[in-house]
Amino acid sequence: MIKILFYFFALILIFAATRVVTVRNPVHAALFLILAFFSSAAVWLLLHAEFLAIALILVYVGAVMVLFLFVIMMLDVNLVRLREGFTRYLPVGILVSALILLQMVLVLRYWNTTEVIATTMVEIPNTTLLGMALYTTYLYPFEIAAAILLVAMIAAITLTMRARRSNKYQKPEQQVNVRRADRVRLVKMLPESRD
Amino acid sequence: METLIYLGITLLKIVAVIIPLLAAVAYFTLAERKIIGFMQIRIGPHRVNFDIIPGLRHLRGFGQPIADSIKLMFKEIIIPTNANRFLFVFAPVLSLAPALAAWAVIPFAEGWVVADINAGLLYILAMTSVGVYGIIIAGWASNSKYAFLGAMRSAAQIVSYEIAMGFALVGVLMAAGSLNLSDIVLAQQGSVLHWYWLPLFPLFAIYYISSVAETNRAPFDVAEGESEIVAGFHVEYSGMLFAVFFLAEYANIILVSALAVLMFCGGWLSPFEGTFLQPLFAWVPNIFWFLAKVSVFMFSFLWLRATFPRYRYDQIMRLGWKVFIPITIVWIVVVGIAVLAKLPPWFV
Repeated sequence: MIKILFYFFALILIFAATRVVTVRNPVHAALFLILAFFSSAAVWLLLHAEFLAIALILVYVGAVMVLFLFVIMMLDVNLVRLREGFTRYLPVGILVSALILLQMVLVLRYWNTTEVIATTMVEIPNTTLLGMALYTTYLYPFEIAAAILLVAMIAAITLTMRARRSNKYQKPEQQVNVRRADRVRLVKMLPESRD
Repeated sequence: METLIYLGITLLKIVAVIIPLLAAVAYFTLAERKIIGFMQIRIGPHRVNFDIIPGLRHLRGFGQPIADSIKLMFKEIIIPTNANRFLFVFAPVLSLAPALAAWAVIPFAEGWVVADINAGLLYILAMTSVGVYGIIIAGWASNSKYAFLGAMRSAAQIVSYEIAMGFALVGVLMAAGSLNLSDIVLAQQGSVLHWYWLPLFPLFAIYYISSVAETNRAPFDVAEGESEIVAGFHVEYSGMLFAVFFLAEYANIILVSALAVLMFCGGWLSPFEGTFLQPLFAWVPNIFWFLAKVSVFMFSFLWLRATFPRYRYDQIMRLGWKVFIPITIVWIVVVGIAVLAKLPPWFV
């Protein structure tokens, strides 16, 4: 049963991944990438790696791809020019993917941890195990990775934020502190006659 | 054979959740129109009645949801020129599916849950974050500027408030020490004062306000903003496709209300627990308390809509990023200290 499910999701994954690079419209490509994320999350669930599977959907599908789509939809992409590049960059793409395949084969051949995963899975949930590992054994690498990400984020913001003198900004603190007396004045006056 | 029986039972469970949910959604729309009507000193819908059933004769307007759904089912679905046909039809499904799928891990009473998974809270967060795709794709596939603007606003808003909402739920999981929703409810046992609304009050307030923003409801409904961008992302939708968006929105409201109850208001636990009234109300089934609490939250959504004017867009963003996220981060540290210190009566 699990085998059938695995092949089902794996086939969808391969199909979606292929479509990401072959489809004409960039928005469709992004949507196929989301489908690929979903199918790989399903494959991870079959491995009892529920935390990784859900984190993949939460982080990549729920946040990263939303921003991706956000940007792609706003772009005015010239579809014809996109097609021209496909054959030109195809050899480079094949070379890179061949290299990645070679690396994966070299690594995975000497790395056999499936037995370990299968035995520990039964009693303790995957989320607890990951939390234990991340916050005890790998505490420093984990915190350092977080700090690096924070620095990268701040750097990206400072690089792109070029505040010009001519820009007009709203000052929320002033807007929030406005009282009625600052904006409207109630006056008493006699009714004016028509003539 | 065993697999088949298991699948059959699961299917029955799903039906037992979905059918009452859809009925609740249908009558929630009526409740919205009636309640807001009363708040604005109107009567609300009162034409479609069940006159043939004697007991329901005086419930004016109670057939309205049925009449509405029949009307929407028979209306023509118009697909705009140059719209992306497949995505245009697919978008409402994408917004409804996560809203329904998230109900799989909601415990209605002790053990009354379709899938009692360990990472329940994470699953809920994942499902609610996927719901935004329906809106974005609808806005893009419609090939209309108003729809696109609505989709962009909604996407930015949902992504921003998801962070505050996620952090608020991180506080809950720290307090309960579990991601399983049933365990979170059971960790709140004791009395009304043991529920997490008290020790996590800032997170509770932020979760509640963020959930209003997440569901694109007034006063955060800039994604629809009928005075600025007509109806936002669903301006080009008609008939049943429009109805599916509506279903998704109301199913999401009920979902976030149910989550607020589970996380902060003791889920199915009786509010009289630990008081002298407890034996008097011992006969009340647990699910009643759950549904009653959810109804209070659902009512508050309508109340908000009838009370507040719409936020300005930059104010929404400021509230989310500069007010809510700092408060949640500070309170997570406070909760962490309280949990470490085993602060009674909540974190023993």
